[in-house]
Amino acid sequence: MNKIMMKGTEAIGEAAIRAGCRLYFGYPITPQSELTEYMARRLPQVEGTFLQAESEVAAVNMIYGASSVGKRVMTSTSSPGFSLMQEGVSYIACAQLPSVFVNVVRGGPGLGDIQPSQGDYFQATKGGGHGDYKLLVLSPSTVQEAADLTGVAFELADKYRNPVLIFADGLLGQMMEPVSFSDKKVSYDNSSWALIGAKNRPARQVTSFNIDPYGLEKMNLELQKKYKLMEENEIRYETTLTEDADILIVAHGTMGRIAKSVVEMARKDGLKVGLFRPITLYPFPYEALRKSAADVSLVLTVEMSSGQMLEDVRLAIAERTRVEFYGRMAGVVPMPLEIYEVLKQKIGRRS
Amino acid sequence: MDYKVAYKMPRSLSGKQFTYCPGCHHGIVHRLIAETIDELDLREKTIIVAPVGCSVFAYEFFDIDGTVAPHGRAPAVATGMKRARPDLTIFTYQGDGDLAAIGTAEMIHAANRGELITTIFINNAIYGMTGGQMAPTTLLGMKTTTSPYGRKAEKEGYPVHVCEIIKELQGVAFLARTKVTTPRDVMTTKKYIKKAFQAQLKGLGYSLVEVLSTCPTNWGLSPEKAIKWLEENMTKEFPLGVYVDKVGDAK
Ligand SMILES: Cc1ncc(C[n+]2csc(CCOP(=O)(O)OP(=O)(O)O)c2C)c(N)n1
Ligand code: SF4
Repeated sequence: MNKIMMKGTEAIGEAAIRAGCRLYFGYPITPQSELTEYMARRLPQVEGTFLQAESEVAAVNMIYGASSVGKRVMTSTSSPGFSLMQEGVSYIACAQLPSVFVNVVRGGPGLGDIQPSQGDYFQATKGGGHGDYKLLVLSPSTVQEAADLTGVAFELADKYRNPVLIFADGLLGQMMEPVSFSDKKVSYDNSSWALIGAKNRPARQVTSFNIDPYGLEKMNLELQKKYKLMEENEIRYETTLTEDADILIVAHGTMGRIAKSVVEMARKDGLKVGLFRPITLYPFPYEALRKSAADVSLVLTVEMSSGQMLEDVRLAIAERTRVEFYGRMAGVVPMPLEIYEVLKQKIGRRS
Repeated sequence: MDYKVAYKMPRSLSGKQFTYCPGCHHGIVHRLIAETIDELDLREKTIIVAPVGCSVFAYEFFDIDGTVAPHGRAPAVATGMKRARPDLTIFTYQGDGDLAAIGTAEMIHAANRGELITTIFINNAIYGMTGGQMAPTTLLGMKTTTSPYGRKAEKEGYPVHVCEIIKELQGVAFLARTKVTTPRDVMTTKKYIKKAFQAQLKGLGYSLVEVLSTCPTNWGLSPEKAIKWLEENMTKEFPLGVYVDKVGDAK
C-alpha cells in the first residue's frame, strides 16, 4: 500500500471519502479549518457535496437531514463549535441517525485559545447535550490511526445507527506523517429506515420525539440496549509494556503518544513503566484497565486537562491501587521529560 | 344510483385526527398542502420537516415520510436532506416563533442559498404551543403572557415582516403572504402553495408561503371573532400578496 505524507486533519478527510462519505457540512474554526477546506476541494472531485453552513447550529442540523435520508455524512469542528452542536447531537442520538463528528479539541473554556487540549472529554463521553444518550468516541494518537479510525467511525455509525465522535486535538491535526488508506470496497444500505419516500410501504417517521412518557421511555430503553452492546463489542485500547510494569501511565490520543516516549525513557533507566492507552473513550475500557493495573503500585493518569478521564480511571481502579494525576490545561502540552520528572517525584514521595 | 365523489380526504393526509383547537388555521393549511402534493403526484417522494410548535405532530397528519427538526432548525435539516437526495421534494412547516425568532438564521441562509426546499410559514402572531407568549410577529399593543401590558416598540421592537425581509434575497424563487379566512383566500393560498412546490420542482430556488393564521385559544377569542381580529389587525400590519414569483403562470 502506498504511503502519502499528510496532515492529520486531511488524512481524516481523505479517509472519510474512502469510507463512502460524499457529504460534508461545516463551519470554519481553528485548528481544524484545513479539514473543512480539504473537503471543499476534494468532495466535488468525487461528485460529492460540500456546503459551508452559516453556523455550527445549522451544520449539525444539515447532518441530521442528510443522515435521515440515509447517506453517509460528516462534519468537523473545534471546541466552541462542538458546544454549539450539542442540541443537534442530542436529537441525532435520539433519532438514531448514523453520523460522524470530528472535534479537534482546543484550549478552553470559553473562547479559550487555539492550542491542543483534551478539555472536552466530559462533553464527549458524559453527554454534552441533554438527555440520556451516548456517542461512540474514538481517540486516535497518530495520523495513521486517525485515518483508520475514520473508516471505523463510519462503519460503527451505520452498525449502531449512532453518532460517532473522533476526538482529536490540534497537534494531531497539524502533524504531517506518512499514511496509507484502505481500499476496501464500500457498501452500505440504510433503506430499511431512511426517509426516502413512502413508496409501496406505509409512511415512515424518524424523530427524537414521543409525547407519551412510556413511549419515550421505550425509546430510551432501546438506546440503552444499544449502548450495552457497544460496551460489550466495541471497546478498543492499546497497551505498551504493561505485562511486567510496576507503574502504569494512562493517557489517550496525543497524550498517549507523548506518554510512550516517557515509557521509553523510564525503561532505559530500568524503571518498569508501562502505558495503557484507551482508544474508545466511550465505551471506556474499564475492565481491561483494571486488569492491566492489577499488579502495579502506581497508576499515573496524564491529560491535557484538569483531570477528566481521571474519573474513569478511578472508576476502573477503585481503591485497589494508588492513582495519581498530572495534567496541563488551556492548550499547554506536557512534554515527555516534564512527565518523567513528575513520575519520578511521585515514586520518590512514596518510598 | 351512481354517486360521484365530489369531495374527499387528500391521499397525502394520514387520516389521523388533528390535535388543533377549534377555529385554528393549521388544519386548513395542512389540507391545502396535502391536496397540492396529490395534484403534483409527489406523495411517494415528499418528506415533511415538522417544527417545534403546535404543528409538531404535522409529520403524523401527512401520509408521507417525515421528521421533526429542533426548534427553528427545519430549513437546515431540509437543506441536509435536499443536498443528500436532490430527487426528493422537501418542505418545512414552521410557526412564527420557530421561523422568525429562534430559527431566523437558518431560514434566511436557506433562502439566500436558493435552497431547493419549500417552507410553509404559519404566522399567528403568538407562541401557541407554549401557551401564548409574545412572538416576533406579535402586533404592537397586543397582550400576550410575556407582554401582559401590550407589546411596546421601545421595549420589544416591532413585528417582524418575514416576506419584506427576504424578498431581496436572490435565492428566493417564490414568496407570498396570504390568509385562509374566506373561501377565496383558501383558493389563493392553494395556488400559492402549488407555485411554491413548483419553484422547487423546477429548480428555481427557495420558496416560502406565509399564511396569516388564527390562534383563538391564545388570543382569547372565539373562532369567529378571531377571524375578524385577523382581518382587521393582521392584514394591516402584514400586507398580503405575491412578493417574488419566478415561476410565472402556466399558459
Ligand atoms: C430550544 C427550544 N427552546 C424553546 C422551546 C419551547 N417552545 C416550543 S414551541 C415554542 C414556540 C412555538 O411558537 P410558534 O413557532 O409560533 O408555533 P405555534 O405553536 O404558534 O404554532 C417554544 C418557545 C423548545 N422546544 N426548544
Ligand atoms: S394553541 Fe393556537 S396555534 Fe395551537 S392549536 Fe390551538 S389555536 Fe392552533
